[in-house]
Amino acid sequence: MQLATVKELSDGLAARKFSSAELVQFYISRINRLQNSYNCFISVDEARSMAQARAADALRAAGKAQPLTGVPVAQKDIFCTQGWLTTCGSKMLSNFVSPYDAHVIECFNRAGAVNLGKTNMDEFAMGSSNETSFYGPVRNPWDGERVPGGSSGGSAAAVAARLAPAATGTDTGGSIRQPAALTGICGLKPTYGLVSRYGMIAFASSLDQGGPMARSAEDLGLMLNVMAGFDARDSTSLQRASTDYLGQLARPLAGLRIGLPREFFADGVSPQVASAVDAAIAEYRKLGCTVVEISLPNMGLSVPVYYVLAPAEASSNLSRFDGVRYGYRAADYDNLEQMYERTRAEGFGAEVKRRILIGAYVLSHGYYDAYYIRAQKLRRLIAQDFAEAFKQCDLIMGPTTPSTAFKIGEKSGDPVQMYLSDIYTIAVNLAGLPGLSIPCGFDGGGLPVGLQVIGNYFSEARMLNAAHQYQLATDWHQRVPSGCE
Amino acid sequence: MALTLDDVKRVAHLARIAINDEEARATHAQLGGIFDLIAQMEAVDISGIEPMSHAQDVVQRLRDDAVTETNQREPFQAVAPQVDAGLYLVPRVIE
Repeated sequence: MQLATVKELSDGLAARKFSSAELVQFYISRINRLQNSYNCFISVDEARSMAQARAADALRAAGKAQPLTGVPVAQKDIFCTQGWLTTCGSKMLSNFVSPYDAHVIECFNRAGAVNLGKTNMDEFAMGSSNETSFYGPVRNPWDGERVPGGSSGGSAAAVAARLAPAATGTDTGGSIRQPAALTGICGLKPTYGLVSRYGMIAFASSLDQGGPMARSAEDLGLMLNVMAGFDARDSTSLQRASTDYLGQLARPLAGLRIGLPREFFADGVSPQVASAVDAAIAEYRKLGCTVVEISLPNMGLSVPVYYVLAPAEASSNLSRFDGVRYGYRAADYDNLEQMYERTRAEGFGAEVKRRILIGAYVLSHGYYDAYYIRAQKLRRLIAQDFAEAFKQCDLIMGPTTPSTAFKIGEKSGDPVQMYLSDIYTIAVNLAGLPGLSIPCGFDGGGLPVGLQVIGNYFSEARMLNAAHQYQLATDWHQRVPSGCE
Repeated sequence: MALTLDDVKRVAHLARIAINDEEARATHAQLGGIFDLIAQMEAVDISGIEPMSHAQDVVQRLRDDAVTETNQREPFQAVAPQVDAGLYLVPRVIE
């Protein structure tokens, strides 16, 4: 049962081959058995999940089932979930039981999906390895000595280890695509504004975007159909006619123009990643696509620009954690200022504090123009590079990450090396474009490689079409880590 | 624009994060490498470019001037560190 996709589970539930209660019980038992091996989940609430499963079965009996009714979905612990512990991977929120649901949680509840548990993540989504979590690192199912990527590392590893058929993630600089690539699953970061950020604990508000993680492009489309949509409570939510993200899956790829940015295939990429991506591009040629070389000349600036803008926004967003209204409060203090300072010193981990300090510095008097405004200007140059590129091609493809999964501890002492592992994903967030990652091969050590597909604004249906057609012709997405079969 | 140890302590105070001398020195060393990375921004001519604050060119939506929120004091205060009689408690601010 754990090898079935969301689509197959949806069909099986519709055909009454099994009930949601049976399905959820199966996954909960699997999680209980394997949680210690991977540390994918921060909290599992069997009673709540089973109650949701029985309610889904009742909906189906009443003839009110939708495609995801009764399907279990793991939720990244960044989404506020009423009555569930919602920690964002931080000591600061280690006691926070959310009094309300995020928009994304409401969407899955309305669809009748079952919350399978809250997944581990880098603290406040700040990390690329899941090592900054207060709840400990997640282990990559392909090699337990290696990271699953981050920040949605728990979601990625849960889907890869078949502890959940699908999960949610969030992506500020690559946090859906990079862990999807490192664990051999599929992940989609939608166009900025497509999925409401209401109740999604904020990191960098102009970049954060929630999205689906699953094992096939078709499953990503099923999930996005539920997650996308206008929500007045997010001031950046976009009002658009609704789209069926499964609507173009069967479209032939003949004539599709794929742009390969020469900057994605330069010195930084490992030879084994490059050769897997080259082979994927060759497959696309066989499917009738044409390939053009393009250039994104300012892409090298995306990491420095991101490490000004994201910490600046984070320092502002995280000022709300002060020990007054919710979350952790220090035990010893003599006055209000000490209470703030000790609460924040004790409640935040090292990486989060580092980013708050960077942000506070670049926004401080005398430095604002030199850092923050300059970074915003360069952000426009980066976005303009993509606009130019999309005059020559329909989709952009390249590696999701420069290398396959690295070892736990390998980069945790060197923030700059860690930051550079997102070099191919960050520019997409700065421009607000949609990007996805699908598995396209393995390196010599048996670690998965991800192919990144970047589309123009609102081209998710076409991107999923390209990914789906590739998955009909290849079977990389069906490979299972040993021990998880 | 080299970041100094005093800058680290000043910014930690601005951000209301307690930091001792040893932590400040370690943070200073790590932030140095990050600001070297950020300094790559200086190599580019930015004259005539408008800052980009958001991915989409959309105008701020306005809503009707009507009450939409309901009173949720009890569920919200149920997760607070310290409350009394419907009020959030903090150390005395005014003597």
